[in-house]
Amino acid sequence: MGKMVGLNGNYAIAYAVKAVGPDVIAAYPITPQTAIVEKLAEFVAQGELDAEYIHVESEHSAMSAIVGAAAAGARVFTATSSQGLGLMYEILFIASSLRLPAVMGLVTRAYSAPINIWCDHGDFMSAADTGWIQYMSTSNQEAYDAIIMAYRVSEDPRVLLPAMVSIDGFIQSHTVEPVKLEDDEEVRKFVPRRPREIRLDPDKPMTLGALGDPNWYYEFKMQQQVAMEESRRVFDEVASEFAKKFGRSYGAIDTFMTEDAEAIIVTMGSTAGTFRVAVEKIRKEGAKVGLITIKLYRPFPRDDIVKILSNAKVVGIAERDLFFGAAYPGYLFNDVATSLYLANVRTKLAGFIFGLGGRALRFSEAYEITKKVWSFAKGEAEIPKKPIFVGVRE
Amino acid sequence: MSSSKMPGWKSLPIGAAIINPPTSLEYKTGTWRTFRPVIDQEKCVRCRLCWAYCPDGAVMELEKEYVTKSGRKYSITYEINYEYCKGCGVCARECPVKAITMVEEGG
Repeated sequence: MGKMVGLNGNYAIAYAVKAVGPDVIAAYPITPQTAIVEKLAEFVAQGELDAEYIHVESEHSAMSAIVGAAAAGARVFTATSSQGLGLMYEILFIASSLRLPAVMGLVTRAYSAPINIWCDHGDFMSAADTGWIQYMSTSNQEAYDAIIMAYRVSEDPRVLLPAMVSIDGFIQSHTVEPVKLEDDEEVRKFVPRRPREIRLDPDKPMTLGALGDPNWYYEFKMQQQVAMEESRRVFDEVASEFAKKFGRSYGAIDTFMTEDAEAIIVTMGSTAGTFRVAVEKIRKEGAKVGLITIKLYRPFPRDDIVKILSNAKVVGIAERDLFFGAAYPGYLFNDVATSLYLANVRTKLAGFIFGLGGRALRFSEAYEITKKVWSFAKGEAEIPKKPIFVGVRE
Repeated sequence: MSSSKMPGWKSLPIGAAIINPPTSLEYKTGTWRTFRPVIDQEKCVRCRLCWAYCPDGAVMELEKEYVTKSGRKYSITYEINYEYCKGCGVCARECPVKAITMVEEGG
């Protein structure tokens, strides 16, 4: 039956993890993620969750402990933010290369310096090349559901890749929203235990993490690439089964008023809600503007967005990160541009960078972005080759 | 280098797992050697130190009788397994009676 409760994003993730039931949790506290692992520690201490809780001295150790436990066949969880993710970085590659289906809660926070504990997507985006599946939620319910689906996708024998499920620091992590909690028993039925063939087992000894010289390394990277591509099909299957069982339906992208849209905003994370209202407002003024929210960032849903964007005149990509020195300084812009180019679609692209270090994107600014993209679509203004940095002081 | 006869990504175990131990035996590290240890069975006093110090387990303790020219009889003999000996020279360095000499390969 489940029950409706008021939960902030951190607790929504903690409750989802408890429902799935990991064997091992290893984590180090960091704002704004701390409440996730605090809540999990409480569940373990009160006997509500039968898991080994490893207190470690750093995120590097947390991720290392996760790798070791997952290699032994355990279901594992960790959570982190910004610098913590940075300290885990080299081990992130090892988790994905060893094909360990770990799940991480990532609460987005800007990278230092200057020291900043607030939301932007620099941490999430900079981990896009570590071989992890990446989900970004826009509500606390979505975060709860994404954790459950993430375990199911990652532990599928066709995938066996780790996944990070992201919520926006403070905006979601510390904001209470209504969340439908499913019965733990039902969640565990949805995410059944799947014993893995490749694991450290004294009865069937094998070596994990050995040297792979130039004669061998390449083949294992190919396997990873194939698994990453395959994970998309598995995600679609899992999402459709999730919808049947729990009644909430998710895609790799979410579309809003895109059917007849001539201008479409593409964004990620909690700000999607602000853009939704901006699109509604401008629609009333007669502008044909729509919105795409990316929920699954890796593997990137290129075919899904191409299908929607090919009918539009202009795409406005609004993102909360900065991809220094890239062909275009926004991660999402590069993904969208590549997807369209490969499909021979030449919809015009306009880029917007916003919200770095937790700078709020006000509704008036989101509306201005929407209006600007619409004016590009009508040919009233020329699209700049460089991104528009929204809200930065000169 | 990589050969088409080697297994490809479709058949290899995932995650670079080595599922059939002990594969290290198939790796003949003797090819690394530039100097080979040679034991003088006349000088060797069977103290077992070379066997104990060898980092690769490449010193073999054999139940093989040996009688020295002066008539001393040993029931065991130490020999080097050249398939795996990397030629590090630790045995020669540790031998208390200098019975092991390092001889250049190919010389």
